[in-house]
Amino acid sequence: MNVNVQEMTPVASLLGGVLIGLASAAVLRFQGRVAGVSGILGGLLGFARGDLAWRGGFLAGLVAAGVLAAWAWPASVDLGGGVGTWAVVLGGLLVGFGTRLANGCTSGHGVCGISRLSPRSLAATGVFMAAGVASVFVVRHLIGGGL
Amino acid sequence: MQFLGSMLIGALFGGGLLLGGMARPAKVLGFLDVFGHWDPSLAFVMLGAIGVYAPLYRFITARTLPVYAQRFMVVAGRQVDRRLLLGSLLFGVGWGLSGFCPGPGTVAFGSGQLTGSVFFASMVAGMLLFQLFDRVATPAASSGGSEADGSGERTTPAAALPKA
Repeated sequence: MNVNVQEMTPVASLLGGVLIGLASAAVLRFQGRVAGVSGILGGLLGFARGDLAWRGGFLAGLVAAGVLAAWAWPASVDLGGGVGTWAVVLGGLLVGFGTRLANGCTSGHGVCGISRLSPRSLAATGVFMAAGVASVFVVRHLIGGGL
Repeated sequence: MQFLGSMLIGALFGGGLLLGGMARPAKVLGFLDVFGHWDPSLAFVMLGAIGVYAPLYRFITARTLPVYAQRFMVVAGRQVDRRLLLGSLLFGVGWGLSGFCPGPGTVAFGSGQLTGSVFFASMVAGMLLFQLFDRVATPAASSGGSEADGSGERTTPAAALPKA
């Protein structure tokens, strides 16, 4: 295994994780719900009754964080990296469809579900991690990354 | 008030994604590139998030009630089924292709860059396609009684809860 030591950001990443954990706990404390971004957005698209305000607010907060970061700390939202537009479009379609079919994504299953040792979330996280690794392997190392 | 409070929480969540490096698709792909020049940083994001959320989850659900709901809507099913596995497989492939998952994709949309908008629009289209598919595949679900909580667990719809 060949670890990229120069690019590693263990302290910033750990602190970022702590903020995510605190925000997720606040969602639980106030709304009694799992802080799963795909579920929050999907519920909004499906017009879940009675809780449009907190769902809309949470997503507006994520968008606001992006607006602020683009102004104050652009390196944290550097979207460059050589992925072609078609990969972004196809990736987005798969992420949207897949997370709704599986009822959760990196936040709902990967953080909240694993925290309470949910068998479904453990299985989901194992599968999407493995599929992510496999798709990067195919694109970068089998077909050479020329996409 | 619920909108504004929730917006603050969302901004905190987004700040965590940004600080952690999740809103940089190149870094995400570096994390998934286990067989290349691997950057394990994003494992620390999960470690930090779970390290904080797991004890708080126990404390909050054992000692308190939600401020704006009658009960916690978190746990129900435990069954690992085909939908869960196939959905996670599709999600993982999309994550590996684009370098975005839903939270960072939403933050990227806010950053005003074209790539962020293209991803976000595609993800929303994928979710709407799922709703169409779900209506065809499971006609009973179209009555609106199968709301999920985003965690992989089916929950009691809010309308079915006893009124306090």
